[in-house]
This record gives sequence, structure tokens and C-alpha cells, in this order.
Amino acid sequence: MDGVSAPDLSFAALAPLLFVFGAAAVGVLVEAFAPRAVRHPVQVAIALTGAVGAFVSTLLLAGTREVTAAGALAVDGVALFLQGTIAVLGALSVLLFSERALDPARSAFVAVASVPAGSVRDRELATDERVQTEVYPLASFALGGMMLFTAANDLLVMFVALEVLSLPLYLMSGLARRRRLLSQEAAVKYFLLGAFASAFFLYGLALVYGATGSVRLSAIREAAVVDGGDTLLVLGLGLLVVGLMFKASVAPFHTWTPDVYQGAPTAVTAFMAAATKVAAFGAVLRLLYVAFGTAEWTWRPLVYALAITSMVVGAVLGLTQTDVKRMLAYSSIAHAGFLLTGVIGLGADGSGPGLAATMFYLLAYGLTTLGAFGLVTLVRSGEGEATHLSQWAGLAQRSPVVAALMALFLFALAGIPLTSGFTGKFAVFRAAIETGAWPLAVVALVTSAIAAFFYLRIIVLMYFSEPVPDGPTVGVPGLPTTIVLAVTAAATLVLGVLPGSVLDLADSAAVLVG
Amino acid sequence: MADFPFLLAMIVVPALGAAVVAALPTARAALARPLALAVSLLVLLLAVLATVAFDTGGDRFQLTTSVAWIPDFGVDFALGVDGIALSMLLLIGVLVPVVVGASWHETPPPRPGRGPRSMTAFWAWLLLLESLMVGVFAATDVFLFYVFFEAMLVPMYFLIGSFGGPNRQYAAVKFFLYSLLGGLVMLASVIGLYVVSNSSLGEGTFAFDALRQLEIDPNVQKLLFLGFFVAFAIKAPLVPFHTWLPDSGAEAPIGASVLLVGVLDKVGTFGFLRYCLPLFPDASRDLAPWVLALAVVGVLYAALVAVGQDDMKRLVSYTSVAHFGFIALGIFAFTTEAATGAVLYMVNHGIATGLLFVVVGMVIARSGSRRISDHGGLATRVPLLAGVFLLAGLASLALPGTNSFVSEFLVLIGSFPERPVHTVLATVGIVLAALYVLLMYQRVMHGPARGVLAEPEPEPDPVPDHAGPPDGGGATAVLTAPTPPRTRAVPDLSRREIAVVSPLVALVLLLGVYPQPLIDLVTPAVEATISDVGADPGGNTPQVGGTEGGTD
Repeated sequence: MDGVSAPDLSFAALAPLLFVFGAAAVGVLVEAFAPRAVRHPVQVAIALTGAVGAFVSTLLLAGTREVTAAGALAVDGVALFLQGTIAVLGALSVLLFSERALDPARSAFVAVASVPAGSVRDRELATDERVQTEVYPLASFALGGMMLFTAANDLLVMFVALEVLSLPLYLMSGLARRRRLLSQEAAVKYFLLGAFASAFFLYGLALVYGATGSVRLSAIREAAVVDGGDTLLVLGLGLLVVGLMFKASVAPFHTWTPDVYQGAPTAVTAFMAAATKVAAFGAVLRLLYVAFGTAEWTWRPLVYALAITSMVVGAVLGLTQTDVKRMLAYSSIAHAGFLLTGVIGLGADGSGPGLAATMFYLLAYGLTTLGAFGLVTLVRSGEGEATHLSQWAGLAQRSPVVAALMALFLFALAGIPLTSGFTGKFAVFRAAIETGAWPLAVVALVTSAIAAFFYLRIIVLMYFSEPVPDGPTVGVPGLPTTIVLAVTAAATLVLGVLPGSVLDLADSAAVLVG
Repeated sequence: MADFPFLLAMIVVPALGAAVVAALPTARAALARPLALAVSLLVLLLAVLATVAFDTGGDRFQLTTSVAWIPDFGVDFALGVDGIALSMLLLIGVLVPVVVGASWHETPPPRPGRGPRSMTAFWAWLLLLESLMVGVFAATDVFLFYVFFEAMLVPMYFLIGSFGGPNRQYAAVKFFLYSLLGGLVMLASVIGLYVVSNSSLGEGTFAFDALRQLEIDPNVQKLLFLGFFVAFAIKAPLVPFHTWLPDSGAEAPIGASVLLVGVLDKVGTFGFLRYCLPLFPDASRDLAPWVLALAVVGVLYAALVAVGQDDMKRLVSYTSVAHFGFIALGIFAFTTEAATGAVLYMVNHGIATGLLFVVVGMVIARSGSRRISDHGGLATRVPLLAGVFLLAGLASLALPGTNSFVSEFLVLIGSFPERPVHTVLATVGIVLAALYVLLMYQRVMHGPARGVLAEPEPEPDPVPDHAGPPDGGGATAVLTAPTPPRTRAVPDLSRREIAVVSPLVALVLLLGVYPQPLIDLVTPAVEATISDVGADPGGNTPQVGGTEGGTD
């Protein structure tokens, strides 16, 4: 220790983070100083600039492998690939937020969040075209947190990133313009349970620090080589995993997922389902592969059990759902299990195909699920979105295009060949089987078949049922939603038919430094 | 000419046709039908040309095309056919135009209070199905095969679900889930094969020819075999896995039923021959007794159930389950005669049962009911239709002189030396076949005029003496009268219908008396398959035990 020296900071390597955090900070200032009339377009532009800038800089940084910010951040292939994925999903989500053509009041977000739901003022504002634009800087902060999460090389930074990504999401969940009480309930639930999960994570962090004397992942790795079986260390690992699995909505830490997905504004749900999952799994991969990669026997049984639980819970409970958003929430739980199947695929020598497979799956799943939620925003009845399954009956006759796109996304989620979902599933199952976890893969295949039933149920409703007399209308989306749907549908097809180049990219990016 | 990528063309042409048909504007929807017919005839032409280009004495796989598809997974877009696959492609080529003709006046299920839906989607799905069916038989890469195998479900699902009978939703979902579950179990085995190839060849591959050379540990073989077997047994279907077929066969529109039973289900038996036997020879030999037991149980059980059916489409579906039992018996007897018989059976069953389905569809189109008990005495009014019905029925029960006789006979004489007990039991199925076919023919075509012939009352009362299952679905009620007062005029075969049935009738008779060209086409591939499994191509004792996995 020779005095205080400035930490090494590679600003170039941090460019993706700087873009989104910059956009978030500027957004807050715009919120404070810009006149209300121009706020919405300006905020959208800033948030988009941040996300797109971050995406472009991850592309430019491709191939970078360095540890920077005094060892607190690892900028490597995995971090950049996942940051790029999150940036794309974030940009698409911001486009979904900015849709103004669907709701008669021109926005899916509440005009003034602080007005009590159901009050006179609230009813006045319900049809007002005023829009609250805090959602954009909040989204940027959340995006920044997520990107930081995937690059954290230090448990403390990981915890800070977890909070930075979570707090804005809690708020955004409560911003729905319609069915506000449901939305606020979702926000409170998410916050309370999220706070618990953070506490678990923090406690785990403390235990690991106690066992190894460091919060740096590489130091933990070295300590784990020597005494990986240390009770304190294993206990700490367990608590850390609980905290992360909560964010990734892995059963049995999933109970918030259906409620929050249902209550939150659908665009925010799309953002959470797609981007949060990527971020959470980024952190899971880093924690398990970097910090505990040498002591895999400590977490393999745990992840094995979690994967099976999550797949079974998601697939079986999904069968009973009658609400599209809740059904997609259970689908997300089942997919978290499939992703864990990929996480298991860590080879004995520390490489193995699991890393690349999981990364590809995250990209494919994120885009598909974003598209599916984007479509949910289009099907509307008098009081907002029509999310009850019975209202979707005969949709193919009202709107063949919406039904066809939904069928495509559902087939992808079910893992039918020639869609991205199949490629992803194939990749993770191959990774699992190659590392000898074939019983897990068989469970995953059987649960895929079970889950296919509820995806099919929507297709049956849309195509083979007669429309209900006063059924929902299908809104004509404005440009932003159209772009989102076009991009996600194209990606779902391309990643299914010609996935070669993206698989290559994931393969070459599957490098962790620590 | 052999350089022309026939197989690729046979996949691409119908796929493009499907895209064009789907994109037709509503004003031009009338074009969809002729376009579908033209495309399907073009595919038939391609199939015939491919057969001409195929050299029966040449390599095992010919007309090959191979392009790297997903290098990271070691997947190639590799196509190629042996005699077995080629005969299936010919069958597809023949059946699809027939199906188009038979479905010419197909109408979508009525919608209360709304105008009729356009049939464009029907033709588009049909063409897409043809493309994928060709792909599944032409793939020589296991991954590619799997992709076609699963993708094929989607058009069939929509054909049943959108255009089927009253219970179509249930049938469509059941069909899809059964097949998907089987497919996913097979996927586990496909990945398993890849992993095994990765560890023994140093590089993962899905190429059939490379995988065939692998020496796989017998226990691993059994697991992998089971994965493939479950998928194929559901597809084929063998008895405990068959319950989806009667539902789907009965609810699907006639055209889809023909393709479902005639071609789609053959993927199962084709899969046994192409994948189970050559890739897992030891497991095939070890587990053959179990498969044979299932096959024989299927022959007897399905035939008995068929005798009791009142719904004609269900009856024909059950007869198919029985026929698939025979095919499985021929395949797992491991003799060249029996396997050749099985392959011929696959083709002949497609023709004979296809014809039977088409004819049953024509009867249903006249009466509006699928129930046998709603029919009677039709032969006096529709002698031609009755004649074709009888011929189709006789072909289905394998009367000598019809095509099915040759194949059934080969299966039985080929299996007898190896598996006398199974063979003798299966022979009982032939007797039952005569029973269900002739009973159906007799009740529908002869006897007192019933149902459609008896003038229906404007508001017929519910008839208490319905013996059949309640799901028959039909507009007309049974009116039994010793001598019907009036009989309605029922048109005999129209010119279109004659054009539809005549190619199949011709094939039934032609292949019944002169099957040699077909036998010549498939024999080399069958011999190669039987030698892969380690059994003597001459048809003697299969080698028991031993680990030498068939490297021919």
C-alpha cells in the first residue's frame, strides 16, 4: 500500500455504460427544465440515443478483453455480447414505451403517478393527453444497471448494479394508466420481494467476504480452489444464488413474476421479461463461472435442482392460466429453467458449450418475448388491453397479421424448428447433454412438450375458435410498435433459419476474464 | 441430367407455390386451386424424372446435394435418396395431385352468421406440407430430418384445426402434442448421437453416413434407440401410441386424412428403416421382440376395433393402425424379403388406403354423414362409386391381384422363418380385415336404402337407436324403413371424381400384377439396411450379441 493512487479507468471500454448512464442523467435534466410540450419527443430521442449508442459501442469494442476500473469491471466477450443484447432490447422497449397511437389517451403510462387511483383528479387525468415522461430516464437507469450487472467483476459492484437496475423497475411497474391499482399492487409486491432478495444477496456477499477475504471474483476463485467446501463459502454462494435467481424469475423464487408481469404496463413487462432476464443470467454466469468455476461441484446440484423446479413449475402452472400476460410470465419461468440447463453445460476444463449456448438463448428468447408482449399491447377492449384468453378467440379472423405474428412468436417459445426458439433450445440441450446432464435435458424436453400445450391453446383460440360477439379490437400500431414487431419477428425467423453467424458470434464471445 | 438438384427442386417448388398461393389477393383467390394442382403435378414430374435419373445399381444415396447450414452444430443441408426414400417421394408425387383433385370442392367448416371463409389457406398449407414431406424423406442429415419432422406438424395442424370436422380443435391439438412429445424425445437422442460422434470422431456430426460408422456402446444404443423409437412409434403409429390417429384421421378434411395416413405416418416406419436399424443395430436386435409384440398386438387390436366402428373415417384410420403393425413386423423380422415387403407395404398402403379415404370422402360428400348407419343401398344409385369403393376395400384387405397382396405376402413369408409365432398371429389380422372392409361395404352400398337415399324429413326427430359413438357428426338422421317410399337421386361419380380415382385404381391393379419395377427399386436399399443391422441379407439368422455395429 503506497498511498492513494487513481484507479485505472479505461473510458473506451466503459463506453456502453457511459452512453446509457449519460442518457439517463440528461433525461433527468430534461425532465426538470424542458417545457412539457417538447418533453416526450426529446426524452424518447435521448433514451434511444443512449441505447443505440451503447449498442454501437459494444460492436466497436468487440474483441476487447480487459479488467478495468481497478478490477471492478470485466469487459470481455460475454459482457459485451450481453450488453449489446440488453441495449438492443432496451432500444426496442423504449420504442414500445413511446407508442402513442394505441391508447385513446395517447400513452400507456399514467399522467401523474402521485395522484391517488380512483380520485376525482385521477378520473380527470385518465383521458388527458398529458404524459409523464419519467419513464424514459428511469428506463435508461435500469438499462445502465443491467449492463453494469453483466460486467461486474466484484460482488459489491454487482450489488450496486442490482439495485440500480431494480429500483427504476419497481417504479416503472406502477406507472400503468389503466387498472392503476393492479399496477401499484404489482409495484409494491415487486419492491418488497425485491428488497428481500437484495438482502439475501447482501448477506451472501458478506459471508463470501468472510470466507475468502475479498469481494473480487478472481480472488474468490483462487480461494475456492483451496477450500471450496468451506461452509461459509458455500452458504454465501447459496444466498447469492437466491438473490440472482429472484431477478431471473427462477422457481421457487418466482412468485412475484405473474403478478408483476400482469400488473405492470405491458411495455414495461416486455422490458422486464426480456432485458432483466439477460442481465440476471449475465450475473449468474459470471458468478458461477468466474468466481466458482473451479468449485463447480458446489453449485451444480443446486442449479440442477433449480432448473428442474423452474421448468416444471413454469410449464405446469402455465397450463392453468387464463390471462395472456400471466401465461407469458409462467412461460418466462419455464424458460429460465431452460436457460439454467445451458448454465449446467460448463465443461470440466472450464470451457464447454454452455456459455455460448446460454448467451444465444438469451438473445433469441429476449427478442421473441419482447415481440409477444408487443403484440399484447395491440389487442384492446374498452378498458385497455384485452388480456383475458377468451377475448382472443377468433383473432385470426379480425386481424390475420397480428394472429400470424403471435403464432410465430408462440411457436418460437414452444421451440418448433425453423424459429429462434428451437435453435436456442437445441444449443442449451446440447450443452447439457455434452456435459453428461442428459437426465436434465430429458426433463427439459418433456416440460417443453407440456409448455407447448399452453402456447398451442392461444393458437387454437386465435385460429380455430369463433370470435366472441363484442370482442376486442385490434389497434393499428404506430411506427414505433411496428418497428419493434418487424425487428423481433424477423429476428425470430432469421435466428431459426440461418443462425450460423450469430452462433459464431456467441461462440467467439464466450470468453470470461476475471 | 443426374446433376440437376431434383430433391432441392421438389422441396423448393411447392414451398414457393405455397408462398404464392398464400399471397394471392382475395380477388384472385379462385386461382389458388388450379395453381395448387399445377404445382403438385410439377412435383410429380420432378419425382418421375428423379426416378429416371436414379441408378438402382449405383451408390446407396444418390441425387445428393449438400450445403453447410449451421456449422456451429455441424449441420449440413444434405439431401439424398435411396430406393426406399425415392419410392416414398413417388408416392407423395402421386398422392398430392389426387388430394388436390379430391379436395376441389372442399369447403371450410360453416361459421354461424358469417360468410364462408376463403380456402386459399387450405391450398397454401397443403403445398407447404408437400414441401416438408419431401424434405423429411430426402434429408440425409439427422438434424435436418428432425427439423422437417417437426416443421411438418405445423401445416397439418392448421389443416386439421381450420378445415376439419366438428371436433377438429381437439383432434388438432392432440395430433400436435403427441407428435411434438415424440419429436422432443427424439431430439434428446439426436443430440445424444451428436455427442457420441463428437467423442468418437473428434468432431460432432449429424451426417447419416458418418453416424452409421460409429461403434456405440450397446447400453447407450438402447437409450438412443428408445428416443427414436418413441417418436416413430407415435408417428407410425404402433398400438399403445396410436390413439391420436383415429381422432385426427376422422376429423381432418379428406385430403389431409389421405396425406396423414398415406404419407405422414410412413415417416415413422421409414424412420425405423433409415435410422433405428442402421444406427443402432445392436439395440434393434435386442429390442426387436418387444417391437414385434407391439406390432402383432396392433394388427389384432386395431382390426378388432375397426370392426366395431360406425364412423367410416375412424374405421379407415383403425385399419391403418393394423396395417402399420404389419409394416413394423416386416421391418423388425430382419430378413430381406420381409423388409422389402414392408417397404412395398408402405407404398401400397398409401395408394390403397389413400383411395379408400378418397372414396369414403366421396360417399360422405353425397350424404353429409360419416356414419355407416346413415347409409345403405347406395350401390343401386351410384354403381361406379360402389365399384371403386369395393376395389379400394379389397386392396385394403390385400386380395390377390391388388397391390397390397404382394406386400402383405412378402411380409408374411419373409417373417415366418424368423418369427413363426408372430407371423401366424398376424395372419389372423387378415381375416379380420376382410370382416371390417366387407361389413362396411355391405352396409353402405347394399341392403335397404337408408340415410341419404331415404328422403330426409324437414325436421327429423332424434333417433333413439343410434348404436355408434356420439361424435359421428352429420346432418342427416337415420330413417329405417323396410321399403323406403321414395329414394333421392344421388349423383354417381362426376368426371372430376373419375379423374381423381383413376390413377389410384390403375396403380392398385398395375402394382398388383407387376410389382417388379418397384421391388427392383427398393431392394438394394433394403439389403443395405438389413446388412447394417448385422443380419444376413439372405434372410437367415441374425447375429446375436457382438458389438460389430454394421459397417457395410
